[in-house]
Amino acid sequence: MNIESVIEDVAVELLRQAVTKLPRDVKDALKRAHREEESDVGKTQLEAILNNVDLAEKTSTPMCQDTGVIIFYVNAGAQAKDLDKVEKALTKATKRATKEVPLRPNSVGIFTRKNTGDNTGRYVPYINWKIVPGDNIELTAFPKGGGSENVCALGMIRPGEGLNGLKKFVVDTVLNAGAKPCPPNILGVGVGGGADIAMKIAKAALLRPIDQPNPDPEIAKLERELYEAANMTGIGPMGLGGRFTVLGVNVDHANRHPASYPVAVAVQCWAARRASARIHPDGTVEYLTHKVV
Amino acid sequence: MAVYKLKTPISEEDVRKLKVNDVIYVTGTMITARDSAHKRALSFFKERKELPINLEGLAVFHCGPIVKKADDKWTVVAAGPTTSTRMDLFEDEFIKAFKVRVVIGKGGMGRRTTEGMKKYGAVYGAFTGGAAVLAAKAIKNVRSVEWFDLGMPEALWILEVEDFGPLIVAIDTHGNNVFEDVRKQVEENRQKIYERLAV
Repeated sequence: MNIESVIEDVAVELLRQAVTKLPRDVKDALKRAHREEESDVGKTQLEAILNNVDLAEKTSTPMCQDTGVIIFYVNAGAQAKDLDKVEKALTKATKRATKEVPLRPNSVGIFTRKNTGDNTGRYVPYINWKIVPGDNIELTAFPKGGGSENVCALGMIRPGEGLNGLKKFVVDTVLNAGAKPCPPNILGVGVGGGADIAMKIAKAALLRPIDQPNPDPEIAKLERELYEAANMTGIGPMGLGGRFTVLGVNVDHANRHPASYPVAVAVQCWAARRASARIHPDGTVEYLTHKVV
Repeated sequence: MAVYKLKTPISEEDVRKLKVNDVIYVTGTMITARDSAHKRALSFFKERKELPINLEGLAVFHCGPIVKKADDKWTVVAAGPTTSTRMDLFEDEFIKAFKVRVVIGKGGMGRRTTEGMKKYGAVYGAFTGGAAVLAAKAIKNVRSVEWFDLGMPEALWILEVEDFGPLIVAIDTHGNNVFEDVRKQVEENRQKIYERLAV
């Protein structure tokens, strides 16, 4: 058994799953929004989204033409073998998925201004590594669209403003984003750490299903409060007005420097694409977010 | 929310009948154009060079599609709209120069474009962001691709479409702009939210 080719095949499959089929929690939230939306125009948008999601699933076609910049999260068991081959396998998988799924080529050189055509390039696909106990490799594909990425925001607020400052910053980010990130959105909020850490945990918070509140009741309450506040803005589906501006808010936190209070908001469009699998040392694969037919 | 079906070439007169929040479906010829294609088209116009297609009465779609080639034939796989505000830099001039009647995208456009649409006769049709398969389903044929050197997303794709929509008329020729109205309402809600959060 060649683990490198197993990883490659699994990664291609995860990219396909992610871009063609929404995770159950996101689909449920969209259906609920469609049922409860009060604005007629807002309802037309949610209906179009649901029709589109069904069609994408049935035809195994990317649900959005912007198949994003390719990001992977790898939780690598410390005892897993051949970890040095993972990066190469994921790069190969990205190239293959670009042709086979297909994905839109979205990797442009900063100075060459050239699109590489295969979704790879410097730091692309980007791999977030974590070493965990055990011998499995857990792989998550997280293709991230550009429209919602453009309104992500980092605020280095004053520690004296504390939680109030955080809430205001999150609401302001939603208000400033308006229609741009294809609402209804999911917000990943990362607080504390440092500038980079806040954004990293904000983005990783988007991996948690939106029907699973933070296990800490205080933070779960904050998530609820931010969710309700964002849905009071009136931006609505696609910014055409309505009740549903966000589908969920996930908060994560890290301790902070006494002088700093970083707040990061990672904005995700309704096409919240993520897919995970666990690869065992014997090459068997468990798909965690999507059922494989 | 009146529903209209429009066929290209669309006349200025027809487009002036539309009002914000109407729903339209377009049948006929449509081109895709993003930042680079807008820029090149306008520089062609200045240099009096002919475009690959006469755009009068057609629809322009802010979109970078995923397109597949098999047996020398292009098919659109996914084609949702991109953020239109980036094209605010060019759109009024574009409508004036080429007489397109429907501009399709997501997220709305600004004051300058709204003025341009009023003056030269065009509407903005909002297509659901990300609804790429729905869009692709309405695209029946890729007539050709021009300016492919700009890359797949930025090239000028000439498409034949059938009942392309639903498009919400978000900017009409009377100076109305749904996105502006929502923005005003949202701004009014800002203080209420601050109060509720006690921030």
